[in-house]
Amino acid sequence: MALLDLDPKVVATARELAARAAEPVVSIAKAHTTVAVERATLRLAGITGADSTHRAGDVPWVNRVIDTVREQCGLEHGVVLPAFHALRENNFGTLTELAEATAAGQIQFKIPTGKDLTAARKAATSAVAKGIKTIDRNRAQRDKLIHKLGDPAQRPWIYLIVATGDIDEDVVQAQNAARAGADVIAVIRSTGQSLLDYVPEGATHHGFAGTYATQENFRIMRAALDDVSKEVGRYVRLTNYASGLCMPEIAVLAGLQRLDMMLNDSMYGILFRDINPIRTFVDQRFSRQVHARAGIIINTGEDNYLTTADAVDAAHTVTVSQLLNEHFAHEAGLPDHLLGLGHAFEINPKVPDSFRLELAHALLARELFPDAPLKWMPPTKHMTGDVFNGYLLDGFFNLAGVLTGQSILLVGMMTEAVVTPFLSDRDLALQNVRYVLNAAGSLAEDFRPAPDGLIVKRAHQVLGEAVDLLERIVDDGLLNAIADGTFGLMKRPADQGKGADGVITKAEAYFNPASEMLEAAQ
Amino acid sequence: MTDSKRYVRPYGDTTGDGMIQTSFTLPIPFGPKADGAAQQLANKMGMDPAMVVHSHPIGDDFTFFVVYGSVKHLVDLDEVKVVEREYPLLSPAEVNTTLKKVLRRKLVVVGGCIGTDAHTVGIDAILNIKGFAGEKGLEYYRELKVVNLGAQVSVPELVRRARTEKADAVLISQVVTQRDAHILNTQEMSAAFREAMGDRRPLLVAGGPRFDPLMAGELGVDRVFSRGTTPGEVASYLVHAMQEKKGVAA
Repeated sequence: MALLDLDPKVVATARELAARAAEPVVSIAKAHTTVAVERATLRLAGITGADSTHRAGDVPWVNRVIDTVREQCGLEHGVVLPAFHALRENNFGTLTELAEATAAGQIQFKIPTGKDLTAARKAATSAVAKGIKTIDRNRAQRDKLIHKLGDPAQRPWIYLIVATGDIDEDVVQAQNAARAGADVIAVIRSTGQSLLDYVPEGATHHGFAGTYATQENFRIMRAALDDVSKEVGRYVRLTNYASGLCMPEIAVLAGLQRLDMMLNDSMYGILFRDINPIRTFVDQRFSRQVHARAGIIINTGEDNYLTTADAVDAAHTVTVSQLLNEHFAHEAGLPDHLLGLGHAFEINPKVPDSFRLELAHALLARELFPDAPLKWMPPTKHMTGDVFNGYLLDGFFNLAGVLTGQSILLVGMMTEAVVTPFLSDRDLALQNVRYVLNAAGSLAEDFRPAPDGLIVKRAHQVLGEAVDLLERIVDDGLLNAIADGTFGLMKRPADQGKGADGVITKAEAYFNPASEMLEAAQ
Repeated sequence: MTDSKRYVRPYGDTTGDGMIQTSFTLPIPFGPKADGAAQQLANKMGMDPAMVVHSHPIGDDFTFFVVYGSVKHLVDLDEVKVVEREYPLLSPAEVNTTLKKVLRRKLVVVGGCIGTDAHTVGIDAILNIKGFAGEKGLEYYRELKVVNLGAQVSVPELVRRARTEKADAVLISQVVTQRDAHILNTQEMSAAFREAMGDRRPLLVAGGPRFDPLMAGELGVDRVFSRGTTPGEVASYLVHAMQEKKGVAA
């Protein structure tokens, strides 16, 4: 039930402005490919493994192939035509054999023509179709398991993070967390992975403040959660991160290993990791198309704006980002029920009426996106190391979450900004959530903010400010707005940032069977 | 507060009662034996008497405890060594006027997170105009030119930028501390500046929640700031250090 009495005309205007702001960026995204999109395509076509003899350490085979193709004939036509032409010409059975020969310097890549072109297209299409079929099978398997084991009994779903750096320890922590009530397990990535221009290989045991996202780590954790799902009698979901320079590849790996949610924000990499804006928008579009196919719920990163900027002053930038994320997601084929738009409880607790303002912001998100599984993020910025105070703040965060009907609740830890949580910290945090759910889980039924009260007025004000900002962005251009520091105070010009050299303008005859299949499905 | 007191003990509700509270988990199943084990640990930690006021199981194999009790230890304040602030706190206006007088140009600050550390919370709190704890960041100061390089800046890149920007001061932030990454990264950074620029190197300042201000020598930097440092403190320190360098009396 709508409590804020938002003007449907203003809401429609906001969406229309977001679409207009996004449109030029979508055109740019369609006109370009990136090294990461091409690598993702080859991964769908079945390439795996890494070159362990390379002097730089394990270099994934897919990187070797892409880099060589780019050197020899460019990526303007996409990687699959030269790759599958070379595969046929040399009678290799698999792409991995091709990669090994490539590394040995035995392959000369070229763009095929005539009959060779037709044959390469056909071979590539059938290889990529196999990868897509695996993703489809995983989606069906998830549906089957959910049907058999069931979804969590309550909303919001309880989302817990593990981050030991060692996948084997992560498994222990994740299974225990599921037994203690977690519905969603997120494995935090190692610091710095977002800026690696390759996906590491194999099971890993030495991450920094998190565990590397690799296909094997995904497989290990999903299998462990399948086991514990049977034990606890509900399907426990797995989350990882598709942000950074390898968004499209990690999206493919997530689809191939039946992950259930992925962090995927349209602007996070640009603003917080200084990744080139064009690279990000191209990668983001492809990765979201893959997520859409895999039935993966994306989690967007609006909480980050509030950790750098003031949560009251910048509240409208969250709304603007949510609207942009929604538009980019719809454009890539993601339906509302897969849009885990983010926001966070980050207002300074010393601000008078801070809790009422939090309720206003949270309700605004809820009513703007009624069918989206919103992700509600706990306080971090005002967690000071005073764990007792932090525990209270987390309680209020939980209360705001249930009162405003949030869908996915990331459990706050009183050790935020102190240490990685102890076993007992996680247990206490879950007790906090359980108490609030038990004591006030249905309080939303009785909650009617006064029509002219602070909460309603504040929500209207934030929406109004969001519309104003969107108008400025439309006038200025989204890329210029990003360059000017409109979001999170970071200035990111379109021609700078990491990974810019991995962006390639598509040729007229560009061919990518993955893009064609993913777009056709929409 | 007089500093006549040399020995103190924790204060619960009566002077000298020595009362503290602590909590921990033991890897044993919940039950009377677990409570006894917690009691024993507390006694060995110097809590006597110790009261295990709460315990509950975490899964089948762990038990969590809350313990209150009196410790026998005394704190000898004469043996406590900390870095006392060696410079006066200035307002932004005072910072600007002093710098103008001392340098007759803007003071250039280059900052970033080095190594794989992607946590810009700390450096942003100090540099971004938004600031921290109600104080505006260094970007707000008219007489400071701030270049924020952001996250995961390599040491050679930092040295190069410090050179091209003719930095007076380089601020680095380290949040991630796994396997002492913060210490190793900072030492690598200070060594690189010494090697590249010798005595002409800029002022080196390291900050992060797990740094101890006493570590400046070990890290090879001029000043270390720890948890809770505000932009105003950093700005005031920079002014103080510039005055020292120029030999102007504070």
